[in-house]
Amino acid sequence: MAEISEEIIKTSTGTTLRHEEMVINMGPQHPSTHGVLRLEVVVDGEIVIDVIPHIGYLHRCFEKHAESMTNYQQVVPYVDRMDYCAAMNMDFGYVLAVEKLLGIQVPERVEYIRVIMAELQRIASHLIAAGTYGLDIGAFTPFLYMFRERERILDLFEMTCGARLLYNYMWVGGVSHDLPPGFIDKAKDFCQYFRPKIKEYNDLLSYNEIFIKRTANVGILPKDVAISYGISGPVLRGSGVNFDLRRDDPYSIYHKFDWQPEIGKGEVGTVGDCWDRYMVRMREMEQSINIVEQALNQIPEGNIASAIPKRIRPNPGDVYVRTESARGELGFYVISDGSGKPYRIKARSPSFVNLSVIPEISRGGMIADLVAIAGSLDIVLGEVDR
Amino acid sequence: MEQILRNILDNDFFVYGIMGIVPLVWIVPYALFAIWLERKISAHMQDRLGPMRTGGWHGWSQTIADMLKLLQKEDIIPAAADKTLFNIAPYIIFVSAYAAYAVIPFSSGFIGADINVGIFYIIAVTSLAVVGILMGGWASNNKWSLLGAMRATAQIVSYEIPSVLAVLAVVMIAGTLSLQEINNLQTGWFWNWFVFQKFPFVFVAFIIYFVASLAEVNRVPFDIPEAESELVAGYVTEYSGMKFAMFMFAEFVNMFAVSAVAATLFFGGWNSPFGEFLSGPIWGVFWFLSKGMMLVSVQMWLRWTLPRLRVDQLMYVSWKVLTPWAFACVIAVGFWMML
Amino acid sequence: MTSQEIHEKIKLQFPAAVLESKTEGVVDPFIKIAPEYVADVASFIRDNEELGFDFLMCLSGIDYGKGTLGVIYNIFSMKHRHKLNLKVEVPKDKAEVPSVSLIWNTANWHEREAYDLMGIIFIGHPDPRRILMPYDWEGHPLRKDYKTPEFYQGMKVPY
Repeated sequence: MAEISEEIIKTSTGTTLRHEEMVINMGPQHPSTHGVLRLEVVVDGEIVIDVIPHIGYLHRCFEKHAESMTNYQQVVPYVDRMDYCAAMNMDFGYVLAVEKLLGIQVPERVEYIRVIMAELQRIASHLIAAGTYGLDIGAFTPFLYMFRERERILDLFEMTCGARLLYNYMWVGGVSHDLPPGFIDKAKDFCQYFRPKIKEYNDLLSYNEIFIKRTANVGILPKDVAISYGISGPVLRGSGVNFDLRRDDPYSIYHKFDWQPEIGKGEVGTVGDCWDRYMVRMREMEQSINIVEQALNQIPEGNIASAIPKRIRPNPGDVYVRTESARGELGFYVISDGSGKPYRIKARSPSFVNLSVIPEISRGGMIADLVAIAGSLDIVLGEVDR
Repeated sequence: MEQILRNILDNDFFVYGIMGIVPLVWIVPYALFAIWLERKISAHMQDRLGPMRTGGWHGWSQTIADMLKLLQKEDIIPAAADKTLFNIAPYIIFVSAYAAYAVIPFSSGFIGADINVGIFYIIAVTSLAVVGILMGGWASNNKWSLLGAMRATAQIVSYEIPSVLAVLAVVMIAGTLSLQEINNLQTGWFWNWFVFQKFPFVFVAFIIYFVASLAEVNRVPFDIPEAESELVAGYVTEYSGMKFAMFMFAEFVNMFAVSAVAATLFFGGWNSPFGEFLSGPIWGVFWFLSKGMMLVSVQMWLRWTLPRLRVDQLMYVSWKVLTPWAFACVIAVGFWMML
Repeated sequence: MTSQEIHEKIKLQFPAAVLESKTEGVVDPFIKIAPEYVADVASFIRDNEELGFDFLMCLSGIDYGKGTLGVIYNIFSMKHRHKLNLKVEVPKDKAEVPSVSLIWNTANWHEREAYDLMGIIFIGHPDPRRILMPYDWEGHPLRKDYKTPEFYQGMKVPY
């Protein structure tokens, strides 16, 4: 028999395995890694000893692409493709960064349209997150119910810009199309239709005894660890940190609406467990509905194209702009050298940062818990790898 | 039925051969139907339509088409697999599921073998599936398969205990292990069924048996051996084509087997619920199959509603919840009978 | 605290480290420090009660051309809700910066990314592997003078 070489019994970070441990590869093709993520899991039976995430399988060189574009506007479709579940939020972050670099003010109607779109997209994204989370835990049915609701949001988007997943809707200085006739009524209908549905999901999934057993007290992420790892978005709020960029580092016109961020309270377990992270998303959908309804009632008339610059040539300089995407703090660090091409764009994607905490909180759990944790972080691999 | 056959054929070999094949006449169409039904039930629960095209009316022949597809698929055996065990495993699982049908009374006129330890035989023979699962999981030479097989083994062995104890409660009332005898004792109106005897202890025993049987056939919420979001597909990960179909088939056969046992023990088997109304050997088949299918549908209903438990929680449910309650039922029924 | 005050405080603590501090005439105010002081400055601004920069928002590697690489730290304080942009420049032929990944865990993956794509070496990083590119990839693709290799493991790369 061939001698077992040293390489085989070492993990890729160089730790040696003990006799009863084995390495098991979760991914890159695995149903619950939500894409092409590979988790190198060291297990002792079913107990997870260590997790080493390997990413990059979906690396599409966004940053290199952005540098080779001929102008800033051309980057938007690439930004869309970063987080394909929340493309509107991605666009929003990028155009805000470029607008800040250019120093332009967009018309108020555009601001309203952007907020409506971003919040609808947040609901759509949270629906996917909650639905696939149910799928991870083994409940198949809520997933399809949530996709049914998401479909109605996508219909609204399709009505507005023709696309259902990757919109290229928000442009620097404006949006590509004004709201179509009938949009506001249809969106209001949706809000009315959607509110009672959230309760239905809570009855079906959130407060299901087995679901609570699987997610409460699992993968507890304490406040200080979360901040140290730079966690943001629903995951941070799930850990009980009352911090939402829409309120605490306000951008666009979020200060005009009446809403508050939802935080995890440890209702069925400990603060910062998987259930809290999941529940923050469920409650956030309700807040987003609030914002959308207010925005729909207040939206002013106006020209949407008045601020779209003919040529985008920012002065040399750099800017870091962050927005609250569906998954957390989406930052764009843009450097301009004065030409029409971006000199460097760095995207700080929330999933990338949120994923890095997974070894910390999944040690000592079981393989099933690892699945629950990965699902509760709600990563989109397109955004992790960019 | 055995008597009629004997009169015609007068040859033990043919008689037993035919008796052995008869359950297949039900099982094969049942499995095809049940897979279609499961798709339809899940689809309608989930606001979908499910298969609609194949064969015309509501995609009735979808499973037949699927089966034909699986038959034609290349039979892939992983290079590093243990070929012999890998090939045998699906058949062992199927055989253990099918063997149970030998003693299940389909009607007053038909039972494969009316042996006097019928229920004991079923418990013994269905446990054989563990061997097949372990074989398949180990022979696949895949860590996920092995994990799935280990989970399945631990689960089936653990859940055997509450289910046997629950069965024991009925056996104590009936005073016999023969399934045909147990059926005969429940003749008459539906209040004669054992599930309504010694109320509520036998009813609790039925719930325990049903939950434990869900675990034994690896259905949600106890489907952790093949939990697709954790273990890809558990011990069937490496199987494809007809061997995979055998696993699938065995699962559905098993589903009906445990439902049939539940129907026999607790719901009067082939007895009509309304005394003499629509009773007799032929109607018996109808009553028996509908009771079995009712329970199968309940299994499907649960499958598409509940999430799944974790391994340790599953063991907790078995050893710390179901087993003590089953014991309590047995003792309570025992005391009641002494009174 | 305003950026002005934050910069003053850092200057006071590390007079030799601060190379440039700009708060006016730019979109985002920034402070540029000498690379060898990064880890010290980082632990100072995190642990100082008044500064309390506990949240690293972003860490980006940049190729400025002309033979210099840069690292930019965008830092935020959860306690006091103020921001700081820290810049570092290093020569391309000796692109070494002390790692801050033990100060902010966020930096762990971001530094790996900066190393992977920009070729900046972070001294003291606990896990200095590539993160996005394959482990045996040669070169650092986001450098401005990067040339795509002809072949990678026998496969033709440009197509």
